[in-house]
Order: sequence, then C-alpha cells, then structure tokens
Amino acid sequence: MVKNKIIIREEFCMGCRLCEIYCITQHSKTKDIIRTYKGKEQKPLSAIYVEESGHISFAIQCRHCEDAPCLEACLTGAMYRDEKTQAVLCNKEKCVGCWMCVMVCPFGVIKIDPENKRIASKCDLCTGSNFPACVENCPNEAIILVDENGEKIEK
Amino acid sequence: MAKVKKISEFLVRRDEEKCIRCQVCCRMCSNDVHTYVEENDSILSDNLKCVGCHFCEEMCPTAAITITKNPSEIRENANWRKEYIYDIEKQAETGGVILTGMGCDKGYKNYFDHIILNASQVTNPSIDPLREPMEIKTFIGKKPDKIEFEIEGNNMLIKTEIPPQLELDIPVMFSAMSFGSISFNAMKSLAIAAKKFGTFWNTGEGGLPEQLYPYADRCIVQVASGRFGVNISYLEKAAAIEIKIGQGAKPGIGGHLPGEKVVEEISRTRMIPEGTDAISPAPHHDIYSIEDLKQLIHAIKEATSYKKPVGVKIAAVNNVAPIASGIVRAGADYIVIDGIRGGTGAAPKVIRDNVGIPIELAIAVVDQRLREEGIRNQVSIITAGGFRKSSDVLKAIALGADAVYIGTAALVSLGCHLCQKCYTGKCNWGIATQDPYLTKRLNPEIGAQRAYNLLRAWSLEIKEMLGGMGINAIESLRGNREQLRGIGLNEIELKILGIKHAGESW
Repeated sequence: MVKNKIIIREEFCMGCRLCEIYCITQHSKTKDIIRTYKGKEQKPLSAIYVEESGHISFAIQCRHCEDAPCLEACLTGAMYRDEKTQAVLCNKEKCVGCWMCVMVCPFGVIKIDPENKRIASKCDLCTGSNFPACVENCPNEAIILVDENGEKIEK
Repeated sequence: MAKVKKISEFLVRRDEEKCIRCQVCCRMCSNDVHTYVEENDSILSDNLKCVGCHFCEEMCPTAAITITKNPSEIRENANWRKEYIYDIEKQAETGGVILTGMGCDKGYKNYFDHIILNASQVTNPSIDPLREPMEIKTFIGKKPDKIEFEIEGNNMLIKTEIPPQLELDIPVMFSAMSFGSISFNAMKSLAIAAKKFGTFWNTGEGGLPEQLYPYADRCIVQVASGRFGVNISYLEKAAAIEIKIGQGAKPGIGGHLPGEKVVEEISRTRMIPEGTDAISPAPHHDIYSIEDLKQLIHAIKEATSYKKPVGVKIAAVNNVAPIASGIVRAGADYIVIDGIRGGTGAAPKVIRDNVGIPIELAIAVVDQRLREEGIRNQVSIITAGGFRKSSDVLKAIALGADAVYIGTAALVSLGCHLCQKCYTGKCNWGIATQDPYLTKRLNPEIGAQRAYNLLRAWSLEIKEMLGGMGINAIESLRGNREQLRGIGLNEIELKILGIKHAGESW
C-alpha cells in the first residue's frame, strides 16, 4: 500500500480547481505559474481532476491502488511501483502509448499526454518535491495527505 | 430622469500580464462578476455586480486581481455624501427600505479610541505574565451579598449557596448569531473554538441544530420574541439561557429571515415549515413590563430547576441604566448590553445607523447605576457591539463590564471581509449563507482553529496589558476606572465615563 495517501473530502471541495492549476505548474519545466501558462512551451496535463455535479464536487487523482489494474495491464512494464513510496509511477522511457492503462483504470485518472503522444500522464505524488502541490495549495483542505496511520501530514 | 446605468461602487482591476485565464475568479464569485469569453480568450468583469468582498482577489493564484473603490468623482460634499445620493437613487428606483448587514459604520465617536490605559512605574512593580501567574478566569452569574462560613480546625466550610455560574477562561465569548443568519459550518467553527478554549458561544434566536448538541455544554441559548427552536431539551442542554429583548444593530426592531433561507435543516431546528418566512416580532408579546419579564425569567428558571444562569439581552438605548436596574430586580443573573455598533445579518440601514448609544457610555452608566443602588453584585454585565481588539475588551472591563461578546471580530477570523451584504445570502466566504455551493467554503476545522487562535492571541495580549498595570487578576481591573484616562474628551463625556482626562493624576 502506498505510504502517504491523498484523502478526498468532498464536503469541503468548493470546485475552484486550484489543485489542477498547481498540478500543471508543478509538472512544468519552469515551475512558475505565469511562465507555465503564458510561455511558449505546451503546458503539461493536470493529473488531478475536479468532478462536479450540482453543488457536489471533489478532486480525484491516481489512488495508487494496492491491486493496481494498470500494473497488470501494462504491456511493456512501464508502469511500476516505486519501492520507497509504494506509489504507482510510469517510466517514460518504457511507455509506448498502448493505452491499456487508460482502459483499465477504474477511476479514469490516467490520461493521454497530447504533447508526447506516447506517454501516459498520471499523478506521481509529486515525486522529487517533498509535498504534493495539489494538497499544499488546496485553500480549504478538501484534499489532505495522511500517513500509514491515517494521521494528517502538514507541510 | 433618464434610465441611465448606475455608477459601480467598486472597480475590478485585472493585470493582463499576470492573468493566466485559469477562471478561478469566474467559478468562485457568487455575484457572477467574472465571465470567461471563449472567442477571444478574455475575462470580462462586471463592476456593477461587485460587492467588494475580495474573495476573488484572495483566491487568484497569480494575484492578478485588485478590487478598488470606484474613484469616480460624483459631486458629493460634506452634507450630500456619495452614500446618501446613491441611497436616494436606489429608493427612487425601488420605493423600498434599504437593507444592510454588519454593524453601524458611521463615524460616531468611538470612545475606545479616546481612552488610554495605565501602566506601573517605580512606585508599583509591573508583572511579567510569562514568568508569573496571571488570572483572567471570569465567572458570570449572580454573586451572593455576603459569604457565610464556618471554620473547623484547618478547614473552612462555605455555608452560603452560590447561584449557578458560567466559568470563562477568557472574558470573551462569541456573540449570538442564529442558525439561518450564519451557516452551520460557521456555527460549528465557533462552537468547537469556544469549547476548546473554555469560553461560550451563543445560538442566537434560531435554535440549536442537533448536530451541535456535543457543544451544548459550552453554549448559551436564546429565547427571543419568535421563540424559534425553544423546547425543553434546548433549555436543558444549554449552559445558560438568554432572553433576547433587543439587538444593538436594530433596537426596537424585530427580525425577518426570508423563506428562501429556511431550508430543511433550519426548518427542523427552528420548528417552522420549510420555506416560510421566520418572523421575530419587535417586542415579546408576553413582555410589556419588568413584571412580565420577571415571570418569563422565573418560568425558565423553573423549567431548568434553577440550575442555569438566566440572562437578558437588551440594546443600549437612552434609558439603559434604569432598564438594567429593572432587569436585575426581575431576577436576571446577567445582563447583555449591545451597543450601536453591534452587528446584524440584516437590518434597515436607517435603524442600524441612527438608533442606540455607543457601548462604552452604556457600560459606564449601567455599572455606575447598579453600584449606586447596591445591586451590582446581583448581576454580571456582558457587553457587546463593536469590540475590535483586545484593548477594547480590557477598557470595557475597566469601565465595569464582566465579559465581552464578540460577533464581527469572530466572523472576521473566519474570513468575513465586512462587505455588509449578509442579507443577500450570497456570502462568498460561506458564513452568512445557506447555499450549499457556498457553505462548504468554510471548513469548520480551519475555522475553529482560526477562531481559537484569535482567543489565544487576545488572552496573551490581555495578560500582557494587565501585567503592565501591575495587576495579576482581571478581577482587580473590573470597574477600576483609575486605570483609564480619556484623551480628547470633553467634561460631560468624562463625567459619563467616570474617568479622568489624560494628565490628571490620582
């Protein structure tokens, strides 16, 4: 099971989509919000999606499932489980863009990257930075990071 | 007059260099100010709809939005101010009473800003609250005239029966704000904070939602002229019961919660049908005299077996001192006095801005009157109406108050930006609304922490100021007007406040 989990609390999600904006920024080359959006480079896809119906909304990203179907379905072995964090990640070197992962994902949170048509785009729990950008920037704590014991982790 | 377009109160300024078209502003504004136009990838902002709550400004991830007052130089002058001209225009158009929210915003003299505090130098030592004990615990309730006790060896036995008391860890409580005027999440935030800090919150006149029963032991419940939500479990669960006669923002005026706001939960809590207007009559129709009030106080005491303090809340008006005296004689355990700057969810603007007296003067005259009559110990005085900072609290206590209610200050800690549009039900901060899109914007976990932090900060500041005066218990400051000095006040003002002018020594 993934070590640190992102918990969704739909009762506090106001649907502002700042999580998506900061996810995009975090995965851009410059990591600067204005340069990401206004620069010449194509901006990356967001790996978190706000689902809305009426006044109910929530943000969902890869759940890093314990029995992840995408791991089973991956033809090339590009999808793998990170040993340290137990997160499900995609090795861009190996991914060939067969989209089996997209087909089997029960949450629909793996997307086809429009720029690199070969690569599956998904949440990497902000590997490399010490805290997920979506959680850090949620203004209402509608998504929080918890450890194995369910304790909330503050940045 | 031609049907021309109105001039907007605010201007929405967008820095095009910074705006990334993320559309957070479009999604978040409950007044539909911002609209994204796909054809030319632009965002239009309708200044006329902006109420100046600054929600978009604070949500904008690139700080591209600035909300400013419209600098348009309409020909106002000292008498014909912009506000009055616009109000007339509005009334000429609609023919209605102008509604508003929050407390009086007119520039009547704020006496707190003309009172300064004392400190110790040489002849009496000041106290460092970080190193020495400092007591700010306060008890609300009737105090006995004298204490009888027996001494047996080393033990002392108090024979006098002490009437029920509320124990406060800080002489600051959260003011009455009803379920309906504020959201469930706002109420819950205050309830959690009050319980955690050891003070009290107040249901207002809208009843106590069942989900908040766990916080009822730290809750003061109101019995108002509409009698909304009053039942035996409401009275039994509460820590104290308050009969609401008046409110500082609208003395002499009833309340009106529009039917749209009476959603399922509110209808259940208030015990009225869903979608019906909740109308609080201006007077209690069973209270036309002090004697009538006495009957209600005793009926409530009887219903709760004399176990809880019963208080009476009135607005500060011209005759506040004799009225307070009557209330004490009617048997109230505490009196709440709400000054002209007290807040509201909705009130006619003309009433809010013109009726009542400032709380500073009311505290001074009530405390003085009750002392002169020798009945000050029979009642605690809680004051409300425009307390903005911890020094206001301390000045009120030195003038003679026992504790202070904060409403607006508490809401500001939850995010309120004083846009005064509470009555529209479109509060972007999720406070004064029942719209499910908006209420969830206030996360009670965050809200409670912020309200708690405010109480903590004020308690530290109060201790710091007390220490400076060389006082180590708030009891020693109560009614200790020698610790106050007026600045820029005339003789009659000083006389009413019962304080000396700055520069006069003991």
